[in-house]
Amino acid sequence: MPRRVVVSGIGPVSPVGTGVEDFWGALVAGRSGVSKISNFDPSELPVQIAAEVHDFSPADWMTPKEAKRTDRVVHFAIAAAKLAWKDAGEPEVDQGRTGVFFSTGIGGLSSLLAQHKVFLERGADRVSPFMVPMLMPNAAAGHVAMAFGFTGPNECITTACAAGAHAVGEAFRAIRDGYADVSLAGGTEASILPLTVAGFAQMQALSRNPDPTRASRPFDRDRDGFVMSEGAGAVVLEEAERAVARGARIYAELAGFGASADAYHITAPEPEGLGAIQAIQACLEDAGEPADAVGYVNAHGTSTQLNDASETRAIKKALGDHASGTPVSSTKSMTGHMLGAAGAIEAGVAALVVHNGEIPPTINHEHPDEVCDLDYVPNESRKADVRLALSNSFGFGGQNAVLAFRRWDA
Amino acid sequence: MEMAEIQEKVCKTLAENLSVPEDQVTPQARFQEDLDADSLDLVEAVLALEEEFGVSIPEDEMEGVKTVGQAINLVAQKLGVAA
Repeated sequence: MPRRVVVSGIGPVSPVGTGVEDFWGALVAGRSGVSKISNFDPSELPVQIAAEVHDFSPADWMTPKEAKRTDRVVHFAIAAAKLAWKDAGEPEVDQGRTGVFFSTGIGGLSSLLAQHKVFLERGADRVSPFMVPMLMPNAAAGHVAMAFGFTGPNECITTACAAGAHAVGEAFRAIRDGYADVSLAGGTEASILPLTVAGFAQMQALSRNPDPTRASRPFDRDRDGFVMSEGAGAVVLEEAERAVARGARIYAELAGFGASADAYHITAPEPEGLGAIQAIQACLEDAGEPADAVGYVNAHGTSTQLNDASETRAIKKALGDHASGTPVSSTKSMTGHMLGAAGAIEAGVAALVVHNGEIPPTINHEHPDEVCDLDYVPNESRKADVRLALSNSFGFGGQNAVLAFRRWDA
Repeated sequence: MEMAEIQEKVCKTLAENLSVPEDQVTPQARFQEDLDADSLDLVEAVLALEEEFGVSIPEDEMEGVKTVGQAINLVAQKLGVAA
């Protein structure tokens, strides 16, 4: 009998709420976290909206010195990891058998840019010795391990918008395959900066909608791009027997992980969704479940024309006739696109759907699109008895990751 | 600049840079043992002292500096103030 893995803790730090209660409350209420950018003056930029995490103080999560020596991307990661660990009941663990898988799409870019400015204006001998440890993408995984003393496997998988899902998936495999018993897995991102807004805008990837809360509108006919977001999501994954033995509150079993590559284009999804189909099918096979067992899909649903159309095709192909009756929602309609954190925060959403029996909506879904013709749970959350939920994540780079969460049944 | 003033400014700069309470930053305080400053912290602290006093402190001159008092003397020497 192979080892099984459960989700026993969830830690969201997001523009719609921090901690499970606030986060979930906002999602089922259909609340948007998007607003005019306030962390810097965006008036010279082509896009002036984003989903920022407001009222976040690193001092709540670490010492002043740690906060100063780490990037905001690490601040979010530490907060999410601590929230998830507390949510799991701060279990006793063998530290050597406890892993950390914490991803990011971009890493500590604001620290890099600040030091680049110092370098250009004042010279090489003014550059901070902390620049490298602050910018490197794997800093979050390293700092989370230090915060808890976990010496098990420690990795950072940087697959852009799928990074958080890959972290959760690889953490799952490490436990199932016996390399760890418990893991903190997550994703973090803090890259809403003038330069990145400019770069994503040049790709024509960002919504130009001037109305912040209505800009992220996945699967709607009038969608015109994603909304940049930030924050972190973490989950505590635990080998099932030990979780049961300690009386853990189990949100769901993490039953399967499927990964694939489009091998098509560095940013555009393969139009027929072939890479996504392969990942969904691999995930279901891994979980030992047929397509018609799927009761909910947390979509990648970025609100770009290309993603939402190809993802819809992929879901229809992978689930066949069952797709039309399967609720699919994009919580990015509320959180915006948390990039490297998205897959981890949405893993938490999928587990919560299974546990709470309620599906958060796709908000701003006003005008159906003929190429997006599934049940997107428009605008209102819905009570639903979901035994098996999928979470889709697709990254720039063509990397795809799909996770399956199943109601825990010993 | 008087020695007392240099000492005060060095301690204040170090306290801020190393995120430690000012009352811990005394001339006797050892960087590693008492102020929890690792080698990267020291490089950063020297950058801050160079900024504060407009002096240049080459790496090799910092090598023997283990205490706040030694750092104060080094800065004073750079400013041509007798310790």
